[in-house]
Amino acid sequence: MNRPDPNEFPPLSLAVPEPEVRPGDQPDFSHVAIPRAGTVRRPPVDADPESIRDLAFTIIRVLNRDGQAVGPWAEALDITPEDLLTGLRHMMTLRIYDARMLNAQRQQKTSFYMQHLGEEAISCGFQRALRPGDMNFPTYRQAGLLIAAGYPISSMMNQVFSNAEDPMRGRQLPVCYSSREHGFFTISGNLATQYIQAVGWAMASAISGDRKIAAGWIGDGSTAESDFHAALVFASTYKAPVVLNIVNNQWAISTFQGIARGGAGTFAARGLGFGIPSLRVDGNDYLAVLAAAQWAAERARCNLGPTLIEYVTYRAGAHSTSDDPTAYRPTEESNAWPLGDPILRLKNHLIALGHWSDERHAQAEAEILAEITQMQKRAEAIGTLHHGQHPSPADMFEDVYAEMPPHLLKQRHEAGF
Amino acid sequence: MARMTMIEAIRDALDVAMGADPSVVVFGEDVGYFGGVFRCTAGLQAKYGKTRCFDTPINESGIVGAAIGMAAYGLRPVVEIQFADYVYPAYDQIVSEAARLRYRSAGQFTCPLVVRMPSGGGIFGGQTHSQSPEALFTHVTGLKTVVPSNPRDAKGLLLAAIECPDPVIFFEPKRLYNGPFDGHHDRPVTAWKTHELGEVPEGHYTIPLGRAEVRRQGRAATVLAYGTMVHVALAAAEEAGVDAEVIDLRTLLPLDMETITASVSKTGRCLVLHEATLTSGYGAELAALVQAECFWHLEAPIRRVAGWDTPYPHTHEWSYFPGPARVAEALRQLVEVA
Repeated sequence: MNRPDPNEFPPLSLAVPEPEVRPGDQPDFSHVAIPRAGTVRRPPVDADPESIRDLAFTIIRVLNRDGQAVGPWAEALDITPEDLLTGLRHMMTLRIYDARMLNAQRQQKTSFYMQHLGEEAISCGFQRALRPGDMNFPTYRQAGLLIAAGYPISSMMNQVFSNAEDPMRGRQLPVCYSSREHGFFTISGNLATQYIQAVGWAMASAISGDRKIAAGWIGDGSTAESDFHAALVFASTYKAPVVLNIVNNQWAISTFQGIARGGAGTFAARGLGFGIPSLRVDGNDYLAVLAAAQWAAERARCNLGPTLIEYVTYRAGAHSTSDDPTAYRPTEESNAWPLGDPILRLKNHLIALGHWSDERHAQAEAEILAEITQMQKRAEAIGTLHHGQHPSPADMFEDVYAEMPPHLLKQRHEAGF
Repeated sequence: MARMTMIEAIRDALDVAMGADPSVVVFGEDVGYFGGVFRCTAGLQAKYGKTRCFDTPINESGIVGAAIGMAAYGLRPVVEIQFADYVYPAYDQIVSEAARLRYRSAGQFTCPLVVRMPSGGGIFGGQTHSQSPEALFTHVTGLKTVVPSNPRDAKGLLLAAIECPDPVIFFEPKRLYNGPFDGHHDRPVTAWKTHELGEVPEGHYTIPLGRAEVRRQGRAATVLAYGTMVHVALAAAEEAGVDAEVIDLRTLLPLDMETITASVSKTGRCLVLHEATLTSGYGAELAALVQAECFWHLEAPIRRVAGWDTPYPHTHEWSYFPGPARVAEALRQLVEVA
């Protein structure tokens, strides 16, 4: 560019990024550079962060188009065929559970629901790298962490239906689960606030000389929040034993990921300025998710500090039951997403290994559906949002404090309880 | 006049302001192409271009901080915080910066900024989509705080807020977006189109900040309310059979003490309502002011009905919400005091 005459600079103009396509346009992901599976190197966990900056700009992929697990990340995977079958079952369970709950919301059995469609591999896969005692700080789209940790689906349903058996006693929005025992921190519903808390939890483990690690979770859009940056600087400064996960599902309600990403090439690149090793991973590849999670968890357990992982995926469904994505993106866009369906990809892999078949898959699907339908009947028999049994309204006044102060006790009496 | 919902009235106010003044810019999360999760900015980007109405990164502190910079420069930003429950990350920018620019620079820098946000419950939004944090802002010197209760006021007050030379916090009770709501959640929803205040004048008009409106004349007691609670108060007065005078404050700061004093001096009894939690709520300020200004006219202790001092619960929304039954009972007790 020629240098303009300093006295004749043209008027300034504001840049406002736009997605490649909008409703009515042809979906186009040709700008998403996708390396072939197995081609990205796997450095040792104690590699100098400066020497692995390239991993923030590529996509680590394990499963290829033929359903084979290939490359160095596949070779390092600590997993048995039984584990893979379990992983597949977790993802199928999550998808079927989602479909049932979505339908229940349409039937007004709950006020609200958020599904995971297309993102099942991330939470289901990641959890397999954790151990009892580790703690996730999830967002509202990581219920696979609970399923993979063995949390009862029936308890999740009771929470969604806000019925008398809801472990959160009807206090929280549907899908804001909590289970300390299963390493699932209570979801606040605010954005990014808990990312830094994950770092604090990890610092506490280090201060206490424990062996527990933590995992923070955030969406592409919420990385814009100040708390995200707070988490990175604390994690970096104190080398906290934490895995900082970013689920880049391309859309923050109606806002495309470019608004939060800005001029940076990738979300993973956010970690580099903080000296945090940062990986970018195929989020629709169960094995790639697990391989990256195991690498990051090992780094944390070896006291090597934090790892940032960006999972590249696509939110195939609406943001929530209050959202209509046809208003801001082409309806066919999810079919055009080039990384495929995570369940189908793991299924094909298991078939390629000779451990699975279409028939067994269909049979498993039918079994899971029957199981979940059965559980749903039981949960609905207890109560749904507007029918059946609910926690007592008197309970509304509990747990505000450890001990109820006099003014609150007075209010509870005034309320008739 | 045109029939409008509160959403349409707010959108119309923004449209009028943007059309009249190129320095008015509108932004926030999902505000641009999509037009806001409640659709209050729908069509504005298409009409005025994406440098005057645009999507922002999800960072409330950033939204308000950037808006302060723009306001100080000479623009008139009107920003949306998606839910009032999400405003807290922006609190530092609002309290330490927006509210004090004029004061600390002795008028060199000013902040004509409007922060709009949907507030209040009634939609099963749980603790993150239901709060009414107005008292956190009325407590801050340098801010004005507005809470409309109907489409006609919403448009006139928003235009006045945009023209105000100082920062204005503009709460939009989301349960009123599509119709007046009197707290009877089990009855069919009414729409604004059947309500006289759903008739909204076309074009430009303002309702001055700091003027209350008497919604119901009465002699037995004065009810001070704003937002959703105005409609609850009107229903409760009928149901309790109490000849209450219901005052819609509309602006909490500055406050129309003249209207309040005139009414309480006449009725001698005062009930203060809000949906926000009771303790240190704006009702405490109202009660103190009424006590100071009308003490010799009072025939009964001032009463308050408000949200319980708990987080807003999801399932027990209607046990929490200070609905017409609680308000009617308080009114009956208030007029029974000899």
